[in-house]
Amino acid sequence: MADPAASLRACDTMVKLLLRNAETRAQHTAYREKDYGIWQSWTWRQAADEVRAFACGLAALGLRRGDKVALIGSNRPQLYWAFDALQSFGGVAVPLYADSVAEEMRFVLEHAEARFAICEDQEQVDKVLSQKPHLPNLAAIVYCNLRGLRHYDQAFLHDLVTVQRQGRDYDKQHPGAFDAAVAQGKGNDVGLIAYTSGTTGNPKGVMLTYDGMIRSARLSCAAEGVREDEEMLAYLPLAWAGDHFFSVAQHHWAGFALNCPESSDTVMLDLKDIGPTHFIAPPPIFESFLTQIHVRIADAGWLKRKAFEYFLAVAGRSGVALLEGRPVGPLDRLWLALGEFTIYGPLKSNLGLSRIRRAYTGGASLGDEVFDFYRGIGINLKQLYGQTECFAYCTLQRDGDVRSDTVGPPCPEVEIRIANDGEVLYRSPGNFVGYYKQDNLTREALEPDGWVHTGDAGFVDERGHVKIIDRAKDVGKLKDGTLFAPQYIENKLKFFSYVKEAVAHGLDREFVGCFVIIDLQAVGNWAEKQGLTYASYQHLASLAPVRELIKGCIEQVNRALAKDRALVGSQIKRFLLLHKELDADDGELTRTRKVRRRIIAERYKPLIDALYSGARQASVESQVRFEDGRVGLLHADLEVSDAKTFPAAGADTAPLGKAA
Amino acid sequence: MAGRRQFGEVILSVENIGLSFGAVQALSGVSLEVRKGQIFSIIGPNGAGKTSLLNCINGVYHPQQGQISFKGQMRARMEPHQAAAQGIARTFQNVALFRGMSTLDNIMTGRNLKMRRGFLWKALWWGPAEREELAHRAQVERVIDFLEIEAIRKTPVGRLPYGLQKRVELGRALAAEPEMLLLDEPMAGMNLEEKQDMCRFILDVNDEFGTTICLIEHDMGVVMDLSDHVVVLDYGRKIADGPPEQVRRDPRVIDAYLGAAH
Repeated sequence: MADPAASLRACDTMVKLLLRNAETRAQHTAYREKDYGIWQSWTWRQAADEVRAFACGLAALGLRRGDKVALIGSNRPQLYWAFDALQSFGGVAVPLYADSVAEEMRFVLEHAEARFAICEDQEQVDKVLSQKPHLPNLAAIVYCNLRGLRHYDQAFLHDLVTVQRQGRDYDKQHPGAFDAAVAQGKGNDVGLIAYTSGTTGNPKGVMLTYDGMIRSARLSCAAEGVREDEEMLAYLPLAWAGDHFFSVAQHHWAGFALNCPESSDTVMLDLKDIGPTHFIAPPPIFESFLTQIHVRIADAGWLKRKAFEYFLAVAGRSGVALLEGRPVGPLDRLWLALGEFTIYGPLKSNLGLSRIRRAYTGGASLGDEVFDFYRGIGINLKQLYGQTECFAYCTLQRDGDVRSDTVGPPCPEVEIRIANDGEVLYRSPGNFVGYYKQDNLTREALEPDGWVHTGDAGFVDERGHVKIIDRAKDVGKLKDGTLFAPQYIENKLKFFSYVKEAVAHGLDREFVGCFVIIDLQAVGNWAEKQGLTYASYQHLASLAPVRELIKGCIEQVNRALAKDRALVGSQIKRFLLLHKELDADDGELTRTRKVRRRIIAERYKPLIDALYSGARQASVESQVRFEDGRVGLLHADLEVSDAKTFPAAGADTAPLGKAA
Repeated sequence: MAGRRQFGEVILSVENIGLSFGAVQALSGVSLEVRKGQIFSIIGPNGAGKTSLLNCINGVYHPQQGQISFKGQMRARMEPHQAAAQGIARTFQNVALFRGMSTLDNIMTGRNLKMRRGFLWKALWWGPAEREELAHRAQVERVIDFLEIEAIRKTPVGRLPYGLQKRVELGRALAAEPEMLLLDEPMAGMNLEEKQDMCRFILDVNDEFGTTICLIEHDMGVVMDLSDHVVVLDYGRKIADGPPEQVRRDPRVIDAYLGAAH
């Protein structure tokens, strides 16, 4: 603070990084957005000017240091500028999930005491307006897209163009105000409160400082060789800390180009346009790519299908080894080159993954088959592990040392410790400083010496890689004391393209039972091939051949579980196919699509009882929430089936349990 | 909203028209007036003559008696392309798109009448022709953005679901920047969500561009919510004419259409 000019050079806040880039990379592209079918771009210089006008406009509206500002919308350059703009004058960004319903938003807006809300469009403005009576702190709403909002005449509603125009006037009337405000920002200020989606209870506001965010970005860029010429597609929710890590922190630190898709429906097309070099996607996206490929190959001609299968086998054998740096013979290299020319290259080009230098996935584990497929065709796909509390990730697989069943060794300057009860703890440079207004929760999660409890159970293997089994509180015992790790079993099931979700039950029960949610696309396609007709999801899930199909998957999982002595007792004995997909709107999944066990256990209690009572049939009535908020009732009668189980030590004959 | 809005002068006036095909009297003595900026609906049971009336306005059929004037100009015998040049665009009851062409190309055909350069210029594709095409493309992109169909820009329309095809058809009509839009059952065969979307687009078109809209629709709920003015036909005759709440109460309408099972 003593010398504002020195403070500006310190690069210890995001805005200062932006201003640095506006000097050093003035003519390089900072943001791109597809608009009216054409990619529009902004250089770092232009972006800094937009941010300055936006920031001064917010100041003119009365933004004060320490105010919380909610950001709601999809990945638009304007919303990324909003982060920098509000932080320029000392505001704290509180991004919200754009697909939240109004009541969910109210909790965060109320808890964070947001004074401003910056919304993308009419949809988000309407949601905030509907909760306005409960939000006495909310002083102004700024929106980016005019459409449909022309007739709204509330005095506290402002459109971005006007705000920026007023900002430019304010800047003229108060010369130096912007620079002085930016210089006042310090590295240890809280710049972001990221509300976690919360698999249990209400969301928690994770407070992150500029120091932590910038240090994480700096270390990761150095370790991974992230350069200024990267291309990245910003399509994951703004409210997810991971998006902030890549699209703001790394973006500002390394100075690469961030590309915003035209709309959420066009992401896959825009991915092809851009051909990113730096890419992150949750496992479901990689799985859905692969499902699509398999579906389309199944429809292709005989020759194409055979060539695909042959070269896929080559990729699995040699491609993975090549990326690992293991020796590959000259003949195998020749086949790989031929495969690259005929199959892998066109395939990658079709997915928009031709230029990938590194692709990340995390949040849940990816199946061996899926993982090896991408690695085999030459995509450097790696797994990471982390949470909002350490600002994105704390372990990551290194190039050339990648295995599908671990999440890699700790990142630079990150320490990992395993507690006596198996819980994973870490201490990382990106550590959060506490949960906003929830000191008791902060004390539970964050120890005074900086160790953070993850709530995940895992261990570190002989090579220093961290392996996560399950949520610590979810790892339990069956009645006879056998280890029961539901997520581990579910993930094994989800590796089959026919299975979209699975929910395993067994805590304090005699055996493991399971709900399976089939994948409509994959199973539907299979059914068509079999000549089965079906009218709806519910109908498809009730067909006997489909049940047999899933039973086959379950028995393969049981066979795999039987190989591990600790898990042999947790094979799935009984299962049923659920009549509907799990849906975040019904509260069954979190917004990041994690299963909410407690809610499912309550809602489908009759079905769980049927699994363990030996009944052949069960019926259930469940609530369905439609997109417009109405609630309907869905009634279904479901069949409960038995699955074969296997004895330990890999023998795959002589079933232990009752055969169906 | 109906009834409270203010509208401009009469843009289309149909006076006492009669149309027959041999012994079949499709329309007899129908008169109506559409004002600028209105959403105007024509309803009636099957075979009441709704599409025939639309076809007369559009210049496809030529009524044997009566007069039609658009923007104060009396028509003699008119062909559809002349109607289009005057600023009337339409969509069809059965989707009438080029199924093998992309969404973008289909909507681009809506710009056909606005193109100035001739065949030779187009073939050369240089200078003025290129600039002109760019301007048309920009206008088409605005329509695509407006109707939120960016994701299917390059998809052949034959592969699209029905609801989206209807939206592309609306897009093609909008690309002509019409003053008046004729919609022939824009919501036929749609599910609830598609209908809601279509209603929103019709209201938005009317609101954003001030386009006068004349539509035929079967779904009574939609018509009553959407329209500023409703005309009811039965056996080729007009039996009611007024704002929706008045038409809804008209006993003849209830007999002919609302009350009768069909």
